Amino acid sequence: MSKSNHRESFVSGIFANNPLFVSLLGICPALAVTKSIEAAIGMGLLFTFVLVCSNVLVSALRKFIPELISTPCYIIIIATFVTLVKMMAEAFLPELYSTLGVFVSLLVVNCVILGRAEAFASKNGVLDSLLDGIGNGIGFTLAIVLIAAVREILGAGTITIGQTFTFLVGEGDPTRLPILKGPGYDVSLFALTTPAGGFLVLGIVLAIIAAIKNAKARKKAVDERLAKEKAKAEAMAAKAAQAAKEAKQ
Amino acid sequence: MNYLVAFLLAIVSYSLVNNVIVARFYGICSFVGVGGKVKSAASMGVAVSFVILLATLICYPIYHFLLVPAGVPFLDTLTYILVIACLVQVVGLFIKKKSPSLYKSLGIYLPLITTNCAVLGVVSENTMSNLDFLTSLANAVGTSLGYLFAITVYACIRVRLESANTPKAFKGVPIALIVAAIMAIAFMGLQGIGQ
Repeated sequence: MSKSNHRESFVSGIFANNPLFVSLLGICPALAVTKSIEAAIGMGLLFTFVLVCSNVLVSALRKFIPELISTPCYIIIIATFVTLVKMMAEAFLPELYSTLGVFVSLLVVNCVILGRAEAFASKNGVLDSLLDGIGNGIGFTLAIVLIAAVREILGAGTITIGQTFTFLVGEGDPTRLPILKGPGYDVSLFALTTPAGGFLVLGIVLAIIAAIKNAKARKKAVDERLAKEKAKAEAMAAKAAQAAKEAKQ
Repeated sequence: MNYLVAFLLAIVSYSLVNNVIVARFYGICSFVGVGGKVKSAASMGVAVSFVILLATLICYPIYHFLLVPAGVPFLDTLTYILVIACLVQVVGLFIKKKSPSLYKSLGIYLPLITTNCAVLGVVSENTMSNLDFLTSLANAVGTSLGYLFAITVYACIRVRLESANTPKAFKGVPIALIVAAIMAIAFMGLQGIGQ
């Protein structure tokens, strides 16, 4: 495979084929763990780790896995890495583990991870699958961090640092950066931190993305029409010039 | 008698107060994916409920009488997903034999039950929160009822939504998520019952 293809498999998952915003996969964790930015970052890290590992292993074993039972094989590979991640998170980041709760186990049935194994890793080489895993991992992490940022800043009114990643503040209490809520003022929208707020924020973000896409498509159509009209006008002008020339002769 | 009351209360709590979809966020993919087809939504709901119930009944003894005595409780996720995958296969074969028409109408949704977070979510939750058998069962029954209820009501709303004149950018999934948000607010009102 050429270099540009490597780049393509890496970049495509971040924007053009973002797993959450474009393919609409993995909505469950995107709603459940986006109450705080830290939890979203932690989820994104665990997710990326599992995705990269499973992509590499599935791709390395793609010639040995019989097609008939491919999906169960992928699920077992993914479940193995999820078990690994679960134990590591429980040992090194217990706060993160308890914040994410069942959703670490639910990585096993995450549509994005299984989807990448089926659609990409089972058909491509190890290096490409690795890059695809990293790209999609970054894309998903960015997407859930964006949603978490909206929900935490507008909903809670503050950005909390050190609640999930306790090592950032050592022994001290978590730091809260006041934005919409501070001493003497509070303009935060509490509803956004509730489950309903999760659906609302994701729906609005998707609508904004759709609006941008629609606007781009419209602009492209208008541009094409203008270019066509311009070409037509030029052709007419050329014809007229030709006719004038002939008349002169 | 006390057990029965507690059991029924737990079912209400798991089905309405902590609804599986709009409060606990399991199984949103199937929720959004089934869309505005009431019949498919209902049959999907029934099939998922059945698998949740069976998976809970099977996974509870496996964890407490096999994995824990053997000293490998960390293998829970791996075991559960295997049990669920086999269960979905068996249920599929059973339905195919007993009622080919139902099998046909379930179609592609059957294999998707394996990757439905609601099933694994309930089973993992039971293990993680260390629930006893009756509470686990109440969780399974409550979650199934809540799932069936939410997905059917949602499909009914989406049938109307398809003919509604929504802004172009909101067409499809965005407006469906906004509707889900409104449903979540309605379910939030039930939280007072839990206290």
